[in-house]
Amino acid sequence: MKKVVFIALALILVIGITPLMACGGEEGETEEYVIGAVLALSGHGSSLGEPEKQTFKMLEDELNAAGGIDVKVIIYDTETDSTTAITATKRLIEQDNVLAVMGATTSGVSMALLDTITDAQVPLVSLAASDEIIQPVEQRYWIFKTPQTNSQVVGRLYQYLESQDINEIAIISATDGFGVLGHGALVGETEDWDITIVADETFDPDDTDMTTQLTVIKGFEPEAVICWGTDKGSSVVAKNMQTLQMDMPLLMSHGIASMDFIDAAGDAANGVIFPVGKLPVAELLPDTDPQKDVLLAYKSDFEDLYGEGSADTFGGHAWDAFKLITNAIQDLVDESADVTSASIRDKLETAQLTGISGIFQMSATDHLGLGPDALTLVEIVDGEWTSAE
Amino acid sequence: MATWQLVQYVVTGITVGSIYAIVGLGFTIIYSVTGIINFAQGEFVMLGGMIAFSLIGLGLSMPVALILAVVLVTLAGIIFNLVAIRPAGRASTITLIIITIGGALFIRAVAGLYWGRDAVPLPPFTGDESLSFLGAYILPQSLWVIGITAVLMVGVYLLLNRTLVGKALKAAAINKRAAALVGIDARMMSLISFALAAATGAIAGVVIAPLSYASYDMGIMLGLKGFVAAAMGGFTGVRGVFLGGLGLGLAESLAAGYISSSYKNAIALIFLFAVLLIRSRKLMVGEEGT
Repeated sequence: MKKVVFIALALILVIGITPLMACGGEEGETEEYVIGAVLALSGHGSSLGEPEKQTFKMLEDELNAAGGIDVKVIIYDTETDSTTAITATKRLIEQDNVLAVMGATTSGVSMALLDTITDAQVPLVSLAASDEIIQPVEQRYWIFKTPQTNSQVVGRLYQYLESQDINEIAIISATDGFGVLGHGALVGETEDWDITIVADETFDPDDTDMTTQLTVIKGFEPEAVICWGTDKGSSVVAKNMQTLQMDMPLLMSHGIASMDFIDAAGDAANGVIFPVGKLPVAELLPDTDPQKDVLLAYKSDFEDLYGEGSADTFGGHAWDAFKLITNAIQDLVDESADVTSASIRDKLETAQLTGISGIFQMSATDHLGLGPDALTLVEIVDGEWTSAE
Repeated sequence: MATWQLVQYVVTGITVGSIYAIVGLGFTIIYSVTGIINFAQGEFVMLGGMIAFSLIGLGLSMPVALILAVVLVTLAGIIFNLVAIRPAGRASTITLIIITIGGALFIRAVAGLYWGRDAVPLPPFTGDESLSFLGAYILPQSLWVIGITAVLMVGVYLLLNRTLVGKALKAAAINKRAAALVGIDARMMSLISFALAAATGAIAGVVIAPLSYASYDMGIMLGLKGFVAAAMGGFTGVRGVFLGGLGLGLAESLAAGYISSSYKNAIALIFLFAVLLIRSRKLMVGEEGT
């Protein structure tokens, strides 16, 4: 009798468990595609990561409300730290079974994810600036990115300086990943332009006084200073330069392309020139510009949700990444092809998108697909952005 | 290697050195009374700056906002002592130190949630036109920092060494039992020291923040540098932390100016390493007679 009960129980358990095990993948009729994101929601990259997260949320709701495919975006905080980001990415891939990953927010952290992503064979669309993220492309099979590269940004800066007859410059860069990679671009691009770097200083992005470094720079009497870092540290550089009464032009990177820089630097922000995607000056673009409609639509949708003046290029990079991946998924579904990490990756390599950061034409040899015309120069005047062209 | 550059390095060094000294003062106060190293000291500085920012945002005039911010942070210090330190009772010093680390993380997290993670500006006390001095430039706010640091140093020194309260505070540190025998309650002394450290920390915060910005995590770096300054001063003397802070500030500035900017933060850590090696014996000795 006991034996029969035991066998019956065992049978019931086995029969009961099997459907549960099969329950890993499909559900009812609407397939929900899961995408992951690792963003800097705290740490010194947080003013970039926050609008990225807000953009993903906005687009996720928008896409799911419309007909067609449904997506779920799972977002984890990298704390602008490589180790935390790697753990989060592994969690997305292994536990949440994402099809693709968007992020990280900053260059240093993105570089740290390359091995994890390549080993897992899941496509990564990075939201960070540095060239090294997608080069050399033979070793970046799974890696894409949406922001303009550092070398394109530097090229734009040097082009502007040459047009102003400025040849001797000083550079001051942050010691975080973004700063170091930017420094590399600044030094590397001097070969293509008539620019000489007469002073080269660095600063800790969390430091609150750069007067000493600027004093060294001041001694070399450069015609202009380029500061490469994110907003907190850069705002101190701007303020310190004002204190030291250094009047030469101050140019910065796209790392300060948010209102937080102006908030922190106050009056010292005025006169700063930096290259950025077209979003901040979208209204000033000619109507013939193919990006104008997309830019204005994103701006108004985002600001309806998050407040007047809140849309920035960092959210724009996130917009591009989201659209690239979801367009790839939609194309695969329309073709009745399997939606897998590998098929999404292949689709990404042929992607064409009129996006926020520029007009993308991806290819097997170019996992960014943007040209230098994706950037425009902005000057801060009276606490506002105006076109410097 | 121009003269004006040397002057600028010294001016900068004294300014940041004063910042480190005034943050380190809080460490010294609490240590000299309770033997605890309060790793939440940096957070008191941060709260001073952030609360002042909020109060100014509410429309309060600057003097009112700053004084109120200091009062509120002092209250926070008292609450911290009552909630985190006092219940631990006779716990070992190490345990109490770890409690302060936990407290620091908690305060920082709450601040990050409430104020967000961005940098916020504070207006300078008397304007931001830099003043010229022997070819170097200094902000009026920097003069405030140096001045207030000096005043606080003198004030706390007199309090600890020339008043009855100060003697009571030090007595509790030397020997709790003996102090109790003469009517000094060690727990009350601990509370007073935390209140005082929170007050000086908040004053530091409101005077430092206008130089750059305030943010929820500004306490980390400042706390570390203040700790080094206090460690250099042996943790027990006001004179020590003042000289330690100035020494650290000047060393950073001169090293970054004459050697390389990458040395700037390395200096603090090198000093810390050296100081802990040399003074480790002194720090590890517990209070006598407990």
